[in-house]
Amino acid sequence: MNILEVTGLTKKFGGLYANTNINMNIEKNSITAVIGPNGAGKTTFFNMITAVYKPTSGDILLNGKSLVGLKPHQVTKFGIARTFQNIRLFHDLTVLDNVLVGMHHHLKSSWVGALFQMPRTRHAEENAKKEAYRLLEYVGLAELLNESAGNLSYGAQRRLEIARAIAAKPKVLLLDEPAAGMNPKETKKLTDLIHDMRTKLDITIVLIEHDMKLVMEISDFIYVLDHGEEIASGKPDDIRNNPRVIEAYLGKGAVANG
Amino acid sequence: MRKLVDLFSKNKKAQLLLFIVYVAVSSLSLILAQQSVVAFLLLLFSILLLYFLKLSTKAKWIIGLVIVAVLIPFSASQGQAYESYMDVATLVGIYCAMALGLNIVVGFAGLLDLGFIAFFAVGAYTYGIFASAQASKFLHFGHFPLSGESFWIFILIGGIVAAIFGILLGIPVLRVKGDYLAIVTLGFGEIIRIIFNNLDKPVNITNGSMGIASIAPPKIFGIVIANASQFYYVALAIFLVVVYIVTRLEHSKIGRAWKAIRDNEIAGQAMGIPLVKTKLIAFAIGASFSGMMGVVFAAKQTYIDATSFTLLESTTILVMVLLGGMGSVPGVILGAAVVTILNLQVLTEVSNWLNQLNTNGVISIPDALSPAKMQRFIFGLLLILFALYRPKGLIPAKNQKYDVNKLKKSTTKSVFVEPQVSNDKKASGGSEI
Ligand SMILES: Nc1ncnc2c1ncn2[C@@H]1O[C@H](COP(=O)(O)OP(=O)(O)OP(=O)(O)O)[C@@H](O)[C@H]1O
Ligand SMILES: [Mg+2]
Repeated sequence: MNILEVTGLTKKFGGLYANTNINMNIEKNSITAVIGPNGAGKTTFFNMITAVYKPTSGDILLNGKSLVGLKPHQVTKFGIARTFQNIRLFHDLTVLDNVLVGMHHHLKSSWVGALFQMPRTRHAEENAKKEAYRLLEYVGLAELLNESAGNLSYGAQRRLEIARAIAAKPKVLLLDEPAAGMNPKETKKLTDLIHDMRTKLDITIVLIEHDMKLVMEISDFIYVLDHGEEIASGKPDDIRNNPRVIEAYLGKGAVANG
Repeated sequence: MRKLVDLFSKNKKAQLLLFIVYVAVSSLSLILAQQSVVAFLLLLFSILLLYFLKLSTKAKWIIGLVIVAVLIPFSASQGQAYESYMDVATLVGIYCAMALGLNIVVGFAGLLDLGFIAFFAVGAYTYGIFASAQASKFLHFGHFPLSGESFWIFILIGGIVAAIFGILLGIPVLRVKGDYLAIVTLGFGEIIRIIFNNLDKPVNITNGSMGIASIAPPKIFGIVIANASQFYYVALAIFLVVVYIVTRLEHSKIGRAWKAIRDNEIAGQAMGIPLVKTKLIAFAIGASFSGMMGVVFAAKQTYIDATSFTLLESTTILVMVLLGGMGSVPGVILGAAVVTILNLQVLTEVSNWLNQLNTNGVISIPDALSPAKMQRFIFGLLLILFALYRPKGLIPAKNQKYDVNKLKKSTTKSVFVEPQVSNDKKASGGSEI
């Protein structure tokens, strides 16, 4: 069953087509990779799904319902959460508060309730904090709960972004270059984490990644973009040997070393 | 000497003892030397010392309330300067509440608002118009002025009307960001002032530049509240309510949402925060504090006109927030107190003193540098120094720390993340990051 379907998705910036007629079918509970050289339009694709950009044309369906025209926060409510290529944490907030913000749309705590300290609100807040702590344990950041997010190491910040995103209880999680800047050991842990989120948390994962080893190891299915166009799609083994993909990468001087 | 300092920073009892001695000495000296502004300021300063004492929050609140509600008014009440001291203290309360309101908008939500005084004006005019004969000039029903007993309900009405203005301003204005927002709000502040200054025709609503006079003073149980020493308690009560609201909201879902969009708007939205609604709530709540204090201001002055609501006032409140520490509740209260006292007492005293020296021929000051003119200059100089050496404010904002032990004791089992998963993960990783 497809959880996310994208048809004819196109984005034009002035004269530049950042995405041209992209079609994707993402199966529920799968791990899908979107790869391509720099400037291929991968992040633009994520930005359209999460309503940061409005598509020039095309449609995005989550469980059959169109997401086009929604506001970003509504998309989150529908069940899509994401991380960012250039980390976007709430750097002055504590690590735990960052995760709590991720719970915004399902946390039953109105500001009127907070004002009068209504039991229901207090309960919801307490449970949310415990759950946030558990999420931090899950990604291995529990000891840093009271640290300002801006003070974390690069790898820890990437993990925190993941914890914050899954706090929103998404059906689909979009990860934009989650392994960027990580050392091999951290990347290994990340790989485990992604697997775990899929099997234990029942989340469908779409990731953009330049680390071919990670991509080939983890993905069920891969889409390749180049110059905004979808040039190939298939299982890792098909992609590895696809001449168009090799050309796209080698032409740019990058090496697909998978 | 070091030992002594060490002793005091560690020993609660020693701290408390020293604090009590300090409070006793400063209040006694105020009682004995009523003209001494210094004694008055020293007594006010005790609140700041109290903040830094190692005591439980509850104990601090009780001691603080006793000092503010009993000791200060009593110590100041023994001489002729009583009312003027209480006038300053009342204004400190008014400005603290307003600065806390602006802090929600600027400090928490990160929206630079340069027209904040407009909401104060809205509150002041709301009460002024109906608690004077002014309302009968354009309303042909009802009896105006309303009696001073209506004041209490008008505190609420003023807050609500200001909140509505906040939302009306917010809807068009929140489309723009950063510097643009600052300019648009600045324009709004000026427009409101100019409208109030000219709305005597075609229908005379605000009496134009003549202002509104004979505003009814508040009344309760037949007692008319007319003196600063009485208004002091009104301002204090509203201030306490405002502090309660602000601290509650800061550590709630909406408070986190404000700070989240301040730190990163795109990520905030991506985490499910509705941007416009969240910003509008900040505008409305901030404005309502200002509106409430506007009502108090109108009732206290019994006369208002548009000259009280200039851009300078807006920037003064902004300075209180910046000086105290953006997003820091204790900081902003301190900032508001410092700026108010500096403007009303210290700088005026200094310039009076210099003037006296000048007229007595002790020193000679050229006319262009007359102390009265220098007040603003000195104020600006202080600001620059603070911006350079304490850019995060007098008391920088601090994050609330969570108690790990409380969070670990989870009785409810989450459906979302099974505990066994988290234990696994904790054992396998987590240490090296
Ligand atoms: N807001 C924008 N306005 C104009 N052009 C844009 C905008 N965002 C992206 N682009 C352009 O669209 C193209 C695709 O950019 P995008 O960020 O999607 O690439 P990417 O595949 O994520 O690359 P990378 O691997 O470097 O992250 C680039 O040429 C970029 O300059
Ligand atoms: Mg990108």
